Amino acid sequence: MIATLRDPKRLRAKLRQWSRDPYMVVYGVLFVAAVIFPPLASFATGTSTLTGLAADAGVWVLLAIGLNVVVGFAGLLDLGYAAFFAIGAYTYALLASAQLRSSPLHQAVHLPFWVLLFLAMFVAASAGAILGAPTLRLRGDYLAIVTLGFGEIVPRVFRNDPGHWTGGINAIGGIDQPTIPVCLDGPWSQGDDFKLQFGAVNCSFSLSDPTAYYVLMVILIIACVILVTNLQISRLGRAWAAVREDEVAAAAMGVNTRNIKLLAFGIGAAFSGFGGAYYGAKLSLVSPDNFDFTVSITVLVMVVLGGMGNIPGVILGALAVYFLEFKFLTDLPRNAAALANQVGLQGLLAPNAATSWPGLEDFVGRLNFLVLGLILVLMMLLRPQGILPSRVRAQELKAEGAADDTVFDARAGQT
Amino acid sequence: MSGLLAILWVIYLGAEDPAGLIATLVIGITDGAMFALVALGYTMVYGIIELINFAHGDVFTLGGFLGLPLLGLFGITSGTKFAWVYVPILVFVFVLVMGLNGLVNITIERVAYRPLRNAPRLAPLITAIGMSFILEGAMYLWRGPVSLRFPNLLPDTVASRFTSPAGHFGLNSGSTAAPLIDIGVKDVAVVISTVVLVILLSVFINRTKLGKAMRATAQDRDAAQLMGIDINRTISATFFIGAALAGAGGMIWALYFNSIRFDLGFTTGLIAFTAAVLGGIGNIEGAALGGLLIGIIRALNERYLSASWSDVVIFGILIMVLVFRPTGLLGMRVPEK
Repeated sequence: MIATLRDPKRLRAKLRQWSRDPYMVVYGVLFVAAVIFPPLASFATGTSTLTGLAADAGVWVLLAIGLNVVVGFAGLLDLGYAAFFAIGAYTYALLASAQLRSSPLHQAVHLPFWVLLFLAMFVAASAGAILGAPTLRLRGDYLAIVTLGFGEIVPRVFRNDPGHWTGGINAIGGIDQPTIPVCLDGPWSQGDDFKLQFGAVNCSFSLSDPTAYYVLMVILIIACVILVTNLQISRLGRAWAAVREDEVAAAAMGVNTRNIKLLAFGIGAAFSGFGGAYYGAKLSLVSPDNFDFTVSITVLVMVVLGGMGNIPGVILGALAVYFLEFKFLTDLPRNAAALANQVGLQGLLAPNAATSWPGLEDFVGRLNFLVLGLILVLMMLLRPQGILPSRVRAQELKAEGAADDTVFDARAGQT
Repeated sequence: MSGLLAILWVIYLGAEDPAGLIATLVIGITDGAMFALVALGYTMVYGIIELINFAHGDVFTLGGFLGLPLLGLFGITSGTKFAWVYVPILVFVFVLVMGLNGLVNITIERVAYRPLRNAPRLAPLITAIGMSFILEGAMYLWRGPVSLRFPNLLPDTVASRFTSPAGHFGLNSGSTAAPLIDIGVKDVAVVISTVVLVILLSVFINRTKLGKAMRATAQDRDAAQLMGIDINRTISATFFIGAALAGAGGMIWALYFNSIRFDLGFTTGLIAFTAAVLGGIGNIEGAALGGLLIGIIRALNERYLSASWSDVVIFGILIMVLVFRPTGLLGMRVPEK
């Protein structure tokens, strides 16, 4: 790698090779966009609200990457993915807030964010393994229903607040913000006044300025993408593909299918727990209502839209669905009203309702379910390989009859 | 073993407070009858094409949503009370709703499941989830997030009332007057209409030619096709009947509880699916039995434990059954690879 970078000739050759690879182009564009987004957004709008939204979108990207391991790589449909997200978020919320003071423990716990990020990941992965161990021998659709049941149970347990641990419907608020580790923000920081700064970028975590959260999220996503890409091309990744394509054949070839599936399940859950801890810190509030079935389905829509098994596609799918659900549809009533006013339609409005268009907001607010459902059905029927098809998939589609019994190519066998 | 413990527990409850237990069982059987109607659709569709028709719960809700404006056509509004003149109208609307619901479900099958029939198993499951969201979204768009008030067309009168002795274990002796048990005409009507529908279904499946075709297709689709059975028509018929039963269930639910909401079908559908799995998926008697059991378990849980835990208990049962006894109580199909 270093040698390649030193030698301009080889570097140029490498760059040329990357520029022909659609994956690397997508990654490059995404990275550049991620770097220039915060200054651009704050320049355009004067606030960092958009950066905060982008950081939230990052949580979904993380979730989609994790679910992609389960659904895309190993071919297991997990409909209770939000449960692991909830477990991660609650792990952080309980161990980094005053919540446990009112619990039977009578002692508030404030562990650092960086420890809990990994602890939450571990707890969620364990939950995945505990759920997966007895249920992974079930056939795919039954596994989906079991995970769905689990996904319904977990938020309900948090809401019912057994033993007054979780705060129930009151949610857990006042969760600690992360702090820069001492090694970066040490004795030389002169108390609380010091803020680690790179140019104009303020690097302390606060609710008012989400830039630090955004930077952290971009770093996390980059790390996760590298990790997952390596997993995919590893021995484990090939085993997942084998199990996905034909479990019996994989078992006959000596793949320990149960452990392989359990690993996929646990790794997927780990990503979700990771995202959950971050989400709890970013929002500073964790409520059982944030983890219902719609969350699991939204992540599934992201994966299906992007193309199952295909990491850059899934990232694009997550960003697209996030934008559609949380920005476009939320802003649509306001924008439509502004447009209508601009082209001089306000004369049509009743005089007492001159500012907004009655019914429009209500109408758009109701579109969510319909949009998610339509994406799922249309994608599965028309383009089951996703907006950015996976390379392996494209090759398999070319090879006649090779993709007869796969998860992604839903229309194989029909022609 | 656990079943034995549960039965002992119920006997203990009965000895302690017979009135309360009987009242709870009445609630359970009534609810269970409605779950059974929905569970039948799951089990029939699963039996014939091995698809968990995720949208089925929302088809159930759709029955209530279609029924309300149809009743409105006959001048029945949410304030209307029971009168004998409404009975033929009600029956007519029931038939209409069942038919419309069946057509909707046939369309769903045609659009979303048939093109994927030879695709891997997860593909139609994902479109089924999509269809469920589309139906929910359409109903949400149509009527909004509020609960719809449904006319109270079933009589509120009491069918039979009897007193019961105080508890045998003396824990209930604080109450001086013997408690009363009321079994409403409503409950009786719900159970009777369910029983009638299930009998009709079973006659249809066992005695008619189309029913025979369905059984053949469920057993072996390719062989059935070789015998000259029109597979597509048979599958469509299955979806029609399942949706008709679910639509009737939706109407009954709405008439019984007098309210219906767009997202009712998600949880109810999952509970009904649990019932189908508990009874043994693909097995029609199993679905009816599972529905009753789930209804009774839910009612017992709500009375003696806590209502907020009942969904957790039901979904816990779902996971436990799939893990420990995937064939269900009566079933023969094994949901394992």
